[in-house]
Amino acid sequence: MLRAFLVSGLVVIAAGLTANSAFAETPIEVLAVFKAEASGTPGFQGFSAERGEKFFKTKHNHDLSCSTCHTDNPAAQGKHSETDKIIKPLAPAANEERFTDMKKIAKWFKRNCNDVLDRECTAQEKGDVLAYLLTVKK
Amino acid sequence: MLLNVKDITRMLAVAVLVTSATIPVAFVSDAWADDDEGPQPAVSNAKWVSECGACHVAYPARYLPAESWRAVMSGLDKHFGSNASLDAASVSEITAFLEKNADTRKKSHETPGKNETMAKPLLRITETRWFKSEHREVAEHTWKNPKVKSPANCGACHTKADSGDFSERGVKVPR
Repeated sequence: MLRAFLVSGLVVIAAGLTANSAFAETPIEVLAVFKAEASGTPGFQGFSAERGEKFFKTKHNHDLSCSTCHTDNPAAQGKHSETDKIIKPLAPAANEERFTDMKKIAKWFKRNCNDVLDRECTAQEKGDVLAYLLTVKK
Repeated sequence: MLLNVKDITRMLAVAVLVTSATIPVAFVSDAWADDDEGPQPAVSNAKWVSECGACHVAYPARYLPAESWRAVMSGLDKHFGSNASLDAASVSEITAFLEKNADTRKKSHETPGKNETMAKPLLRITETRWFKSEHREVAEHTWKNPKVKSPANCGACHTKADSGDFSERGVKVPR
């Protein structure tokens, strides 16, 4: 019995180590990074999921919005607007890999904001969108 | 602590589980290239799959010559209407992979332009003579089918395109 207990303990520890090494950050930590960045902006009053949702679903330039590819339901699978390539769900509740790698997050915000807004997104916008995505349930 | 066979088996199972979960999944495929090209094992590179394959099928290196890949990779800031810039390390790794596995056949990728002495490298696989010839039997209405949408959408008909398999066995034309 004791041995069985020790073995299962080992499983739990190993699983914990694996989980930690797989994801460098959690979405909450990422939100904190955006907050630290946005705090330097005059008039910053925190993030709003409501504002993030509006931003996500509003068409900006070129008749594009975030939801053009990610759909109006970020917990669902999306589709690239040009190539139809499947895009995995964006909401962390539906896809645990999302918002766990700062480098990847920075790259995709930069690229997609440039496509949709012809500019990079502000920390306020990124924080609002993430705050919204964190409210989306599976 | 004395361990019996059952415990050792359990520990081994855990070790295997942990190891397999932490080793990055190697992209292994036994898919072959086009049927009439003879067997060619699909080659892969993790960075190429994750970067190029994020927005479209990771187009196999063998479908364009090295000079075309160099042109594509040095112009990522204007990549078919999108700024797809990558960090320098990724660009150099992916370029090297594409060059190494590029199409080396002469003429298969020439532009059939008139009086052209020095054609620019083709950037689109769909403009190669090889692609046009391979798809000559594809009906016009198929290209216009919203389920196909674009000739760049290989996966619309080549159901195993994501694993590098473009053989006719995997072709299913949507209606």
